[in-house]
Amino acid sequence: MTPALLEIDGLSVRLPAARAARPILDGVSLSVAAGETVGLVGESGSGKSVACRSVLGLLPQGAGAEGQVRVGGRDVLTLDRTALRELRSRKVAMVFQDPRAAVDPLHRIGDFLTEGLRAAGVPADRATARAAELLDAVGIEDPRAAMRRRPHEFSGGMLQRVVIAAALAGEPDLLIADEPTTALDVTTQAEVIAVLTRLQAERGTGLLFVTHDLELAAAVCDRIHVMYAGRIVETRATDELFARPRHPYTAGLLACTPRIDPGAPPPRPVPGRPLSLAEAPAGCAFAARCAFAEPRCSAETPALRPHGDGLAACLRADEGILA
Amino acid sequence: MARYLLGRLLGLAAVLLVTSFLVFSAVHLAPGDPVSFLLKGHPATPEARAAIAAQYHLDRPFLVQYLTWLGNVLHGDFGRSVQFRQDVGPLIGSRLPGTALLIGYAAVLVCVGGVLTGVLAALRPGLVDRAVLIGTGVATATPPFVSAIALVSLFAVQLGWFPGPGSTGTGLGGRLYHLTLPAVALAVTLAGLLARVTRSAMLEQLAREHVEVARSRGVPERTVIRRHVLRGALGPIVTVGGTTLAGLLVSTSIVESAFNVTGVGQLLVQSVTAKDFPVVQAVTLLTVLGFVLVNLAVDLLGPLIDPRVSPATGGAA
Ligand SMILES: Nc1ncnc2c1ncn2[C@@H]1O[C@H](COP(=O)(O)OP(=O)(O)OP(=O)(O)O)[C@@H](O)[C@H]1O
Ligand SMILES: [Mg+2]
Repeated sequence: MTPALLEIDGLSVRLPAARAARPILDGVSLSVAAGETVGLVGESGSGKSVACRSVLGLLPQGAGAEGQVRVGGRDVLTLDRTALRELRSRKVAMVFQDPRAAVDPLHRIGDFLTEGLRAAGVPADRATARAAELLDAVGIEDPRAAMRRRPHEFSGGMLQRVVIAAALAGEPDLLIADEPTTALDVTTQAEVIAVLTRLQAERGTGLLFVTHDLELAAAVCDRIHVMYAGRIVETRATDELFARPRHPYTAGLLACTPRIDPGAPPPRPVPGRPLSLAEAPAGCAFAARCAFAEPRCSAETPALRPHGDGLAACLRADEGILA
Repeated sequence: MARYLLGRLLGLAAVLLVTSFLVFSAVHLAPGDPVSFLLKGHPATPEARAAIAAQYHLDRPFLVQYLTWLGNVLHGDFGRSVQFRQDVGPLIGSRLPGTALLIGYAAVLVCVGGVLTGVLAALRPGLVDRAVLIGTGVATATPPFVSAIALVSLFAVQLGWFPGPGSTGTGLGGRLYHLTLPAVALAVTLAGLLARVTRSAMLEQLAREHVEVARSRGVPERTVIRRHVLRGALGPIVTVGGTTLAGLLVSTSIVESAFNVTGVGQLLVQSVTAKDFPVVQAVTLLTVLGFVLVNLAVDLLGPLIDPRVSPATGGAA
């Protein structure tokens, strides 16, 4: 196996005492290899965004982090300023959830596109030519004219294409997409995903794809990590995960995903409300919402262990409870 | 755009017309009789009083007086100062440079000092920020005449770094040196206000996602601050800065009187005391004109600062 592009290894993040000290992530581990698409799935507040931002060395202000986030073998958390900028402009790029919020409304699209390249020291005319090329690649007509326009003149879907183009500008090895289509309507969503996956495949970029939509993750990802309350609870190849989930939370998420095929059962919501890590009691954080919970589930925190071809953090993962 | 500008100019004319009427009537309704002032308390026969009243058109009906005055103003004739026995136009003209220099000096202090302090506070949370909050709190609560007294007693009387009230220097450098304390007194309150506005506008921008996005792309922090944070905060800074500048036009009379600066503001105070109607009317009208022009300039700058703002609506398009 080639060394992974991204290896997050036992990452724990805590907010500082000054800001209501509380944990956000606990021992998160995941990896993305070159050209691979890895999904990160979980309910709101589970810590998906914090995990992805950590790859760029962007932690909440003053937060403490333990563990390692290695990109190309180097730990991002210990990089100095210059190395961090180098990493951000050359190696890792991120596509954010809401393109309206991600693009500075006061500047022209062209400036937004070339900003990263200029920061990396590319001369202005080359940066402009490259930006036009990228706009063309994401399917925006008349790139030169588009570059002179401002963000508010674009629809959300078009703007997200611009954001994707900007993310690809530095030819990163790794792309992180944090719910890139949540702010878009369904048809636009499909188009944007198509653009993203096509470019990723063409360029052999590794992709960490964050979403709370399991169906979408299934369509895009090779492997999926399921996150709950700041911890990874299950990791598995996509087909496997759908066919035979080992964690009751994954099964719950699958059951509440609406299906289109005829005869499919109606979606069943996971009972209860998602917890953040700070609120999670001792033991398995999901125990309170789990139909299969036993007394020992609230006493012992399950570790992520191999079950089947993947990993699951459930004390009863081998008991065939979900069969 | 041309239509918009035309509309604004017509509105400006209307504002000035209404103001001119208000100013004129307020001055005439004020207690006290200009004729008595002209006689400087000397007893006079009713005939002599009537003659003076006729000379200054004080015997005509109010509306006729107003229209006559307005007509003259439109021809650039503001009448004669009762107090100085001189035409008002040249009188104000001779006082204008002093005031312009003072206001310009104070405006620079407000803009540079206020914005820099606000930026510093926003970028250095903790001790610096807390100190700026306390300092600007004191500054905004200190009216110009209080700062004037404090500044004079500290820098002119005790330390002797700057000249006290009433002196003027020669040459631009000398004049500026002499105007330093007045300009600071004039600037303190408004600089405090602008610093606070700058600080909160900067903090709001710092929390915006696009700022984080710029950082996440490896853009150097200085560039992020300049191109995204400060640029985004410019809207409120310019709006408040404009109002501030207009505020200087008003506070200048207090400061000019306190420091005995020969300027339009001091002239206004003297003329109010002396019931010198033509001067009061002219200065008030010019002040309102200044106000309206500053506001117009701020509104015209809006779309340049934020392309989503259309000048016609003044809001986001
Ligand atoms: N900058 C921050 N300061 C303080 N707390 C934060 C910060 N960022 C995230 N958190 C907290 O961390 C937890 C995880 O947040 P995160 O944004 O990673 O969730 P998420 O899984 O991305 O959710 P969503 O699906 O809503 O985007 C939340 O409880 C949130 O309040
Ligand atoms: Mg998120």
